[in-house]
Amino acid sequence: MSHKVVVPIGPYHPLQEEPEFFRLYVEGEKVVDIDIIIGYNHRGIEKLSEAKHFDQVAFLVERICGICSSSHPYAYVLAVEDILGGEAKVVPERALYIRTIIDEMQRIHSHLLWLGLAGHFIGYNTVWMWAWKYREPVLDMFEMITGNRNNYAMFKVGGIRRDIKEEDMPVLRKALDELVPAIDMFYGAVMDDPVIQARLKGVGVLTRQQAIDWCVLGPTARASGLNIDIRKDEPYGACDRLDWKLIVEKDGDIFAKTKVRILELYECVRMIRQCLDKMPKGSIDADIQDVPAGEGIGRVEAPRGECLHYVKTDGTNRPIRHKIRAPSFMNVASDKVSAVGGTISDATITLAAVDPCYCCTERVVVLDRKDSHKVMNGWDLIKLSQEKTDKIKEGLKNAAAK
Amino acid sequence: MVQGGCFGEEKMKTLFNYLIFPGFLFSAMIGLLAGWLDRKVTARIQWRVGPPWYQNFTDIIKLSGKETVVPQGARITFLLSPYLGLLGLVLGATILGQTVFFSGQGFTGDLIVVVYLMAIPAIAVMTGASSSANPLASVGASREMKLLLGYELPFILAIITVIVKSNGAIRLGEIINHQAAYGSSVFSLSGAIAFIVALLCVQAKLGFAPFDIAECEQEIMGGTLIEYSGLPLAVFKLTKAVLLSTTLLFLIILFLGKDLSPAFLILKFIMILVIAILIKNTNPRLRIDQALRFFWGPLTILGLVGLVLATRGL
Repeated sequence: MSHKVVVPIGPYHPLQEEPEFFRLYVEGEKVVDIDIIIGYNHRGIEKLSEAKHFDQVAFLVERICGICSSSHPYAYVLAVEDILGGEAKVVPERALYIRTIIDEMQRIHSHLLWLGLAGHFIGYNTVWMWAWKYREPVLDMFEMITGNRNNYAMFKVGGIRRDIKEEDMPVLRKALDELVPAIDMFYGAVMDDPVIQARLKGVGVLTRQQAIDWCVLGPTARASGLNIDIRKDEPYGACDRLDWKLIVEKDGDIFAKTKVRILELYECVRMIRQCLDKMPKGSIDADIQDVPAGEGIGRVEAPRGECLHYVKTDGTNRPIRHKIRAPSFMNVASDKVSAVGGTISDATITLAAVDPCYCCTERVVVLDRKDSHKVMNGWDLIKLSQEKTDKIKEGLKNAAAK
Repeated sequence: MVQGGCFGEEKMKTLFNYLIFPGFLFSAMIGLLAGWLDRKVTARIQWRVGPPWYQNFTDIIKLSGKETVVPQGARITFLLSPYLGLLGLVLGATILGQTVFFSGQGFTGDLIVVVYLMAIPAIAVMTGASSSANPLASVGASREMKLLLGYELPFILAIITVIVKSNGAIRLGEIINHQAAYGSSVFSLSGAIAFIVALLCVQAKLGFAPFDIAECEQEIMGGTLIEYSGLPLAVFKLTKAVLLSTTLLFLIILFLGKDLSPAFLILKFIMILVIAILIKNTNPRLRIDQALRFFWGPLTILGLVGLVLATRGL
């Protein structure tokens, strides 16, 4: 059969809640090619950030993504602190530990969220509901520490905004203790279920070489045998003062990706416990007044992989250039090799296995295509928007005249 | 009964049986209530609250009041299929119901007729989906077809096992009578094996996980039902409900036919339903090729083993 049919996944699809478009070319059930089209959700964050001062930008980049909403501000403050001389030099000791606690708690809730979604995508709604049920206490912990379930508003250049109170510590420890049996349960459920293994083993394989070629990051890379992790390669926060293991699997299939994420949950719990034990007393904010001119890079291991922020300053109170690269930008492209060759059923879970986050990833990419498509530069876009504003103004004027 | 008119009393009675009891209305009510039990138990398993008991009824009523959208390029079978499926299935439900509730009725070979009639909804789904001019629906239709080919073989093997056990009876009434005399067929080795096989096939027939492949929302957005809306969709949902009550009743007649007094009937019905719901909620969805391999491989072999054991009198 060589009859190619397009099965669209997106732009609006029950599979993933964000706008994205995967055009699957299928022959029968087999996926023979895939087009990945993103860019439905561009918000111009990088440009917005140039109009805000250093403290405001942290709040802005927090809203890039609701799930890794501490990775982006963390990477941003790291970039600014890079200009100031490095995080370890600028930030007080206690703030480093609290930053790591927030970062790791975010990883727990993000991985549990992914686990639930993965269950949902292979039609196992019980896992979905259970994973999200056990994610709730983590969000409660966040609420206790930061006052918010999401978008924690914890990070600022030179420190953090809120301290962890002494009386909250036992509650946090207890919540962590209760989390471990739940992780055990999920680990057992995934490892022992023959149907899950039938659905996930050998599916959506990304070999080590492909992982290198497609520059994948985070758990997606670690499941393919690459031992990359910013927390080890370029430690930030208190990561290098804690005892924890880097989880690496060799198979590269979705089962390995699931295993990596579940095992990372244990490591996160371990890291948070150590942070709570080792955390020194003292100030949480260095009270930075001025940021000199310069360039800085901040890298944070977000739950999905390396999140990179680049900030350029000119001595004023706002960045003159802010560049963001979220991990999904690298990971989503690898679907091109891992999803092709499987069936439609496999494709859905393969697309989800990199834990894509499109709102992190969106950006305008201008392509120089050799067909009739018009290539627009920044000025064209501004002109377009001005024309639209004029049209709206005219419409208002006409309405008023009537 | 209405006297006179263009229908005689006998015809009126047949019509009553077909439309009200134990046909359409009764089996649909039971099916919708069973569907609610499914949703409620599923919800409780998943730490949710679940809908009130009348939820499925309001769903059907609401759907039937909604606009029916017919996609461009759809053929006439698109609108006909839901009704054909329901009509055929209700006939099967009536025959089964009459056997259970009015003992003595039925005819030689009604078992075979019912097996055919229970396959009609799947065929209606396929014809409806493939005439809807939607690529996702055609993927769903092809999955439904493969699934039908898959589960019918072991299902029929399980039924033949029961026929062999009741000395070659192909009348439902006789099978019930045989079990009334010698005990339910599930309480023997071959009967138990056939029951397990039939239960898994019914799981696929009902489109429950792990075999909800044709309608899978995450992969093909509802697949076979993607283009349906309004009344035709409501009719498909009703067909699903009738199918739920019919197949479970069919299983009870074949495998647990000893005591069919109302109380025991309800108990057995709920028991099988809860087993099906538990299987549904503790398994992810299989791929279509895996499902086919499962039905034609292990399950067919298991069905054959049951059949051989039955011929040995076990």
